[in-house]
Amino acid sequence: MANSNQQDSKGLLGWIDARFPLSSTLKAHVTEYYAPKNFNFWYFFGALATLVLVIQILTGIFLTMNYKPEASLAFASVEYIMRDVSWGRLIRYMHSTGASMFFVVVYLHMFRGLMYGSYKAPRELIWLFGVGIFLVLMGEAFFGYLLPWGQMSYWGAQVIINLFTSIPFIGPDISLWLRGDYTVSDATLNRFFAFHVIALPLVLLGLVVAHLIALHEVGSNNPDGVEIKKHKDPKTHIPLDGIAFHPYYTVKDLMGVSVFLIVFSAIIFFAPEMGGYFLEANNFIPADPLKTPPHIAPVWYFTPYYSILRAVPPILNSQFPGVAAMGLSVVSFAFLPWLDRSPVKSIRYRGTLYKKWLAAFVVSFVILGYLGTEPSNVWGQFSPETLIVGGADRATVVARIFSLVYFSFFALMPWYTKKDKTKPVPERVTA
Amino acid sequence: MANQEVDQSKRKFLIAATSVAGGVAAAAVAVPFVTSMMPSERAKAAGAPVEADISKIEPGSMITVEWRGKPVWIVNRNQAMLDTLATHDDKLSDPKLEVTSQQPDYCVNPARAIKSNIMVLVGICTHLGCSPSPKLQTGADMGADWPGGFFCPCHGSKFDLAGRVFKGSPAPINLVVPPHKYISDSVLLIGADDKGVA
Repeated sequence: MANSNQQDSKGLLGWIDARFPLSSTLKAHVTEYYAPKNFNFWYFFGALATLVLVIQILTGIFLTMNYKPEASLAFASVEYIMRDVSWGRLIRYMHSTGASMFFVVVYLHMFRGLMYGSYKAPRELIWLFGVGIFLVLMGEAFFGYLLPWGQMSYWGAQVIINLFTSIPFIGPDISLWLRGDYTVSDATLNRFFAFHVIALPLVLLGLVVAHLIALHEVGSNNPDGVEIKKHKDPKTHIPLDGIAFHPYYTVKDLMGVSVFLIVFSAIIFFAPEMGGYFLEANNFIPADPLKTPPHIAPVWYFTPYYSILRAVPPILNSQFPGVAAMGLSVVSFAFLPWLDRSPVKSIRYRGTLYKKWLAAFVVSFVILGYLGTEPSNVWGQFSPETLIVGGADRATVVARIFSLVYFSFFALMPWYTKKDKTKPVPERVTA
Repeated sequence: MANQEVDQSKRKFLIAATSVAGGVAAAAVAVPFVTSMMPSERAKAAGAPVEADISKIEPGSMITVEWRGKPVWIVNRNQAMLDTLATHDDKLSDPKLEVTSQQPDYCVNPARAIKSNIMVLVGICTHLGCSPSPKLQTGADMGADWPGGFFCPCHGSKFDLAGRVFKGSPAPINLVVPPHKYISDSVLLIGADDKGVA
């Protein structure tokens, strides 16, 4: 490959190509990477996730120039950024809005995968790298949320670290090791800063590169779920249904980027706290280790899993089952390639059974997400006379039902995807 | 050299031996890094016992002091509060204090206290470590049959005025009574008792 490039490039480019595979890399990943021509709306979100990653890294670098990772200074340094640093407020709101938008974009990107079976063979590793990115992203969000050292930062970290305490035998030592102190303290803040600004971003970037290399190796899936590499032009060996990523999809993604930036800017300018969903009111109060705020809830992107945690009752004086269920609810996505037994990828050619289950999953995800933002007595209690659930919090019962639906989507998948009546898949992509 | 036959078994042995030695070395190097994340000597030293003046707590009210960075509540229970303690054993998860790690043995009694009116509790929920809110009065926003106690805002755990958890709460066990002793009638030492420092 390197030799052929040496022949076609001249001048400075030729000099570089003889020493570094510049032209061939660009060709392989940009100008001669052939993506299916039938991408639709749902294919914007991978590019948008990359954009948000760049926004987070850039704004993050500028925030660290004024932020102080020290318990007695952290809260004030964030307020200093907000009030005194020129444009500091904008940069901080870009970073905090970016965090929420990251999850919006990633959830839509994952939903695309569920709809079009993008996790199925031969794309299992792309999916696994993606799940890894999702997990690291959750870690980034969690570690980053402690840094402003507000009440929500403090008590959120307290609750999450205490989750580990419930692990049998080694739990308390793990919590102590994570905190580096007997409670969440300066030691905890300092190490969370290290994780947030250097450790996890490095892992994240590595996973993103692996995600893209794996994608470009096997090629993109598409809304029809057919492999475009099956039908290549006999002379050029270019897939007949493929078009070059550049210029065709760079232009398409630019359009997506423009729309995204309009929404993103509108949020930053007009509703950076999003009514308490992106930045919670309690986090504008400095951390007080002696007083828990009256209502604590995680930021919206964690609430479905948090609902599942709350829904599982303690068993044998241990709350480990709830913690395990929450962990499983996140990790379940990794098993999808092996749970799905359907012969087709795309929802277009699946039967009604899968469509119903996917709809049920989305509904439970949204309802669990809503309930996680509210206290468990939000809908009051059932009257004591009610059968079975008498006296219980209504919201808790609802959360239990939808937690079951959530897990059934995964657990029953081998059964319903096999039983589902699929439609014939076309040889080539449709319009 | 090129004609010499490769002794595969020797080669395999050497690869295995090198991997094991390298693995052991890597694990040994990891030890200082992992250990550096445990509480430092300074953090350990900061866990010393604290004194609290209890002479100014009105009957029926409470104060909060800080010990090891955690809130410790000292409640001066009045007679009416003490009387309620025996009335709801059937609603509690562990009324008889069978989980012995939750209080020193000198507090295994119906009031969970040395002097029955003075209740000392670590104000950290045994569920996930939030600090419950005092709801010392009966009734009010907690419902008509509320006997007075503590309510955890995070996940809704309820405790009575002796820190015992009500059934149906996410908290699995009663609130912790820290080791404590009276230095005089009005001064309490939290974090140490006659057996030594906790």
